Amino acid sequence: MADAMLRTENLGISFGGLKAVQDLNLEIRRQQLYGLVGPNGAGKTTVFNMLTGVYQPTFGTFYLDGEELKGKSQEKINHRGIARTFQNIRLFNNMSVIRNVMVGLHNQPEFRCTPAESFLRLPRHFSTEYAMRDRAKEILRIFDLEEERNNLACNLPYGKQRKLEIARALATNPKLLLLDEPAAGMNPYETEDLMRIVRGLRDDYGLTILLIEHDMKFVSGLCDEITVLNFGTVLTQGPTDRALSDPEVIKAYIGE
Amino acid sequence: MAKRKSDFKLKNYVCYILVAVMFLYALVLQMMGKLPKSTSNLFVQIAYSIILAVSLNLVVGFLGELSLGHAGFMCVGAYLGSYIAIALTSHIESKLLVLLISMLCGGLAAAFFGFVVGLPALRLKGDYLAIVTLAFGEIVRTVCKNLPFFGGAMGLSTVAIKYDTRSSTSLYIVAFITVFVVLFLIQNLVRSKHGRAITAIRDNEIAARAMGINVTFYKLFVFVFAAFCAGVAGVIFGHFNTPVLYSKFSFNYSIEILVMVVLGGMASINGSIIAAALITYVNIALQAKLTGDLAALKYLIYALILIVLVIFNNAPRLAPIKEALSPKNLFGRLKKRRPGDVSDDAGEWANIPTKIRMDEILSTDVRPGNEFVPDKEKKAPVKGGPNDG
Repeated sequence: MADAMLRTENLGISFGGLKAVQDLNLEIRRQQLYGLVGPNGAGKTTVFNMLTGVYQPTFGTFYLDGEELKGKSQEKINHRGIARTFQNIRLFNNMSVIRNVMVGLHNQPEFRCTPAESFLRLPRHFSTEYAMRDRAKEILRIFDLEEERNNLACNLPYGKQRKLEIARALATNPKLLLLDEPAAGMNPYETEDLMRIVRGLRDDYGLTILLIEHDMKFVSGLCDEITVLNFGTVLTQGPTDRALSDPEVIKAYIGE
Repeated sequence: MAKRKSDFKLKNYVCYILVAVMFLYALVLQMMGKLPKSTSNLFVQIAYSIILAVSLNLVVGFLGELSLGHAGFMCVGAYLGSYIAIALTSHIESKLLVLLISMLCGGLAAAFFGFVVGLPALRLKGDYLAIVTLAFGEIVRTVCKNLPFFGGAMGLSTVAIKYDTRSSTSLYIVAFITVFVVLFLIQNLVRSKHGRAITAIRDNEIAARAMGINVTFYKLFVFVFAAFCAGVAGVIFGHFNTPVLYSKFSFNYSIEILVMVVLGGMASINGSIIAAALITYVNIALQAKLTGDLAALKYLIYALILIVLVIFNNAPRLAPIKEALSPKNLFGRLKKRRPGDVSDDAGEWANIPTKIRMDEILSTDVRPGNEFVPDKEKKAPVKGGPNDG
């Protein structure tokens, strides 16, 4: 399908003979909210690691917007338009909130400024710094973090750290956003708030979002389609309601 | 663009003020004719120590990589810069011009070595990088010792270019101006988007990569730039000291520079300046006092300073004391500060994380240089080949 934002073909990886993921065929349409679920150790995060270039897939390949990205480095993949968050939060802890987002803006073409220009404080250094700051504030506003912008990232409460991670990923101006357990450790109110934000990212910014989540309310409330993984293989794929009521899936999660 | 409120912050300029005070003090002394040779020497030494400490701080404090080869880069600068200066001095009249050219050449040579060493070494993590840089320092020193045109074990005699600090004052003036230039460059770098990328790499390399930061480029860039600064410091050293002797650039000297960085505080440029001046002064004072067998005590004192500082910075029991002694609390009453207000400045990130963190050890997620290496795809056996059933 030409409309696919992300397409994986028999994507798989093995570590020393252990097949962590095999034969994964995903097809995510533009502006789709897609869920990747499965019990612990099913290989969900490994899929993310392959899609972002942390691991090089052993088998198969994947395409973003028609462009093959297999074998590219993490930086290159990010430049092509895949951004991610991490399951265990990886913020730049000793930097302020706004600086975290500004790091995400680093490679945007409109904020180009060579090291030489920064060394000598030429006019472009100042103009990019101001423009980056403004853009970072705009992004923080989406996540309701503008008030916190001068706090250190490590001093934020957990839920806000999660949101900051998404904000930072958004700053890299991705086409496809990978969210690794965005609602983990959030209370019900925060989860609801996050659902609203994620939906907003899709509707207002035209992002395609692939997310891993254990909170089934979150998944069924957001995702149009899901893929269920178990022991690295696809258990079922399809529209959320149908996939979640599949007896195989229920068996994998809670046993017989 | 809307009018900005002034971004002027005094503390961004403290480092210049510190150096300016030292510089002016020396100048005033000299104008009053009260600058003894030893004091003038001290100022030159302080100047190149500051360059070394601040540039090493860029690598250790801001980039978060431990380099123990800074004296090696200085050695390259000192030998090559002085050699070039000696060659030029018969052709060029102006002594100052010779000094400037040799500073540039020495710096570039050191930067080249920084590039050659950094390219493979920066793929290594933590201790391993330290070991490689340490080895580099020792190799450079030994090579210089055995090169005949560098004077062999006698050292490179720089009598021809040496500044007599009494009759000619230009060396410490040039040295301090170089300090200003280096500080200007480093301060600007750190407070730019590139500085932000560098500290992001220090804070979380995986996340920095995922944000599309070119980690290899920035690591190499910082490493090469720091090597350049060390080379320049080496050239100043060569013009001040004769002979340029390999034994100066030993492992101990690298550690001495590292002590300056740790004492001044990681990622604190102001701290590095003060610590460099202080240690250089103490060093010379001790050299006069501790003669003969007692000279070895000097290194004991460095080791003690390092141990005490590391304990002080890391022991949880000492945290309240540290908090009470922090400048924020000591001088906090002097200016109004909104609660929770953390200034948006690189020099403020005083609590540098160590490279090893518990959550990373315990996590099942990947780390840089990850332990799991994906298998390579095996070629599917060719159907109908000679071995095919």
